[in-house]
Amino acid sequence: MSNVKIPPVLRQAVGGERVVQADGATVGEVLDDLCTRHPAVGAQILTSDGTLHKYVNLYVNDEDARLLQWTDTPVGDADTLMILPAMAGGAR
Amino acid sequence: MSPSYQDLLAAAREVIPEVEPSEVAPRVAEGAGPLIIDVRETGEWDQGHLPGAVHVPRGFLESRVAGVAHDLDHELLISCASGQRSLLAAVTLRDMGYTNVSNLAGGFARWKQNNHPVEVPRILTPAQRSRYSRHVLIPEVGEEGQLKLLDSRVLLIGAGGLGSPAAYYLAAAGAGTIGLVDDDVVDESNLQRQIIHTTDRVGVNKGESAKEAIRALNPEVQVNVHPFRVNRDNVLDLLSDYDVVVDGADNFPTRYLLADAALMTRTPLVHASILRFEGHASVFMPYDGPCYRCLFPEPPPPDLAPSCGEAGVLGVLCGVMGNVQATEAIKVLLGIGDTLAGRLLIYDALGMTFTELKVRRDPDCPSCGPNADLQLRDYEAWCAGVGSHDHEAAGAPA
Ligand SMILES: [Zn+2]
Repeated sequence: MSNVKIPPVLRQAVGGERVVQADGATVGEVLDDLCTRHPAVGAQILTSDGTLHKYVNLYVNDEDARLLQWTDTPVGDADTLMILPAMAGGAR
Repeated sequence: MSPSYQDLLAAAREVIPEVEPSEVAPRVAEGAGPLIIDVRETGEWDQGHLPGAVHVPRGFLESRVAGVAHDLDHELLISCASGQRSLLAAVTLRDMGYTNVSNLAGGFARWKQNNHPVEVPRILTPAQRSRYSRHVLIPEVGEEGQLKLLDSRVLLIGAGGLGSPAAYYLAAAGAGTIGLVDDDVVDESNLQRQIIHTTDRVGVNKGESAKEAIRALNPEVQVNVHPFRVNRDNVLDLLSDYDVVVDGADNFPTRYLLADAALMTRTPLVHASILRFEGHASVFMPYDGPCYRCLFPEPPPPDLAPSCGEAGVLGVLCGVMGNVQATEAIKVLLGIGDTLAGRLLIYDALGMTFTELKVRRDPDCPSCGPNADLQLRDYEAWCAGVGSHDHEAAGAPA
């Protein structure tokens, strides 16, 4: 069971939580389980063929998953997966 | 009987070699001379000194010398006004273990008499020394750093949530020239967080409003108001005129435009973005670390990227993140410390946690990679296209 950190824009899709838990031995499996538990998340971060949108950054602890093995990156109970889309807010 | 002053000087001459100005002047002129430590008081130093000398007043010699002469076998030449204070200072350094210490015979007076070149330091005025005294006290800033800040030029994109606190503190810090790019006017709903503006300036251009606040806080800061939106036609000219750019924009097209323009003009970019209780910050040093697009290759579609105007923001969050930006801008300008280059700082105000993620340069980055074809594009169309296309593919409502 890994912790998944949810960005502000997706919190509504998980009932307002900042961190939720999901099962899986890899980043991909954890995301699958997350999207099963919270289908509204899947609608936002997955394309119709089930792959991740390019604007979704994933971090395993403090490392960019793109530089690990992307969705095949193994994760354990102690790992935190962070979903991180860019934010634009600043001036207004 | 205790030794007199003359006895002390005589004993010192026994152990400290003395060097005539004419002997060492050619080496000093070539920049190949010994490390010259001037032990006079600040008022004397300010009138002029040997070129390349470092200033360590006699009273701070023992405590500060290690900061300027790291090796005990460093060749040191000690100077003062006439060569006497420096002679005794040289003995102290010898006692501290420095093995190669000589004294400038006749001191700065003889050096000047013999018409060797003199450097007159740029110094803070008494008023500046008083205003910035808490900076001058910090070894990493000091008078030299404060002068550097006063000479520096910072461009802020947006005088809103992030730009307000950043501009306010940068002005207080004595960042000499501050440019404010904002076409918006102050609205009542801004005042919950945009602390540089005031109730009686509702309706005034944000740059002009901020200029008024800065004039009241620190009149010596030059404020350039740019009352328009940054765009493809003006961005390169704007950035070229400044040493660092602070991105407090409120939309992706502007952020990606700035990211590319910062690369093209080689301007360090201090980034932050905010939403509700969360803030991101990083520093992008052009071609010396990742760029914004290495971190975020593409923007999310509009409904995953609401503005603060749509989704809200905790007012004080702007203060934290805007001042992270001001801090990083000052560090970049002074070349001190470790900036957020290569790191994304995430501040979660609800959990009161600061998390850091590693950001690496993407070798295939379309903006800063070796094969990048970097040119300014229509960022509005690109951001809209990237977002809507992908999003429709996901089968979600546009
Ligand atoms: Zn890049």
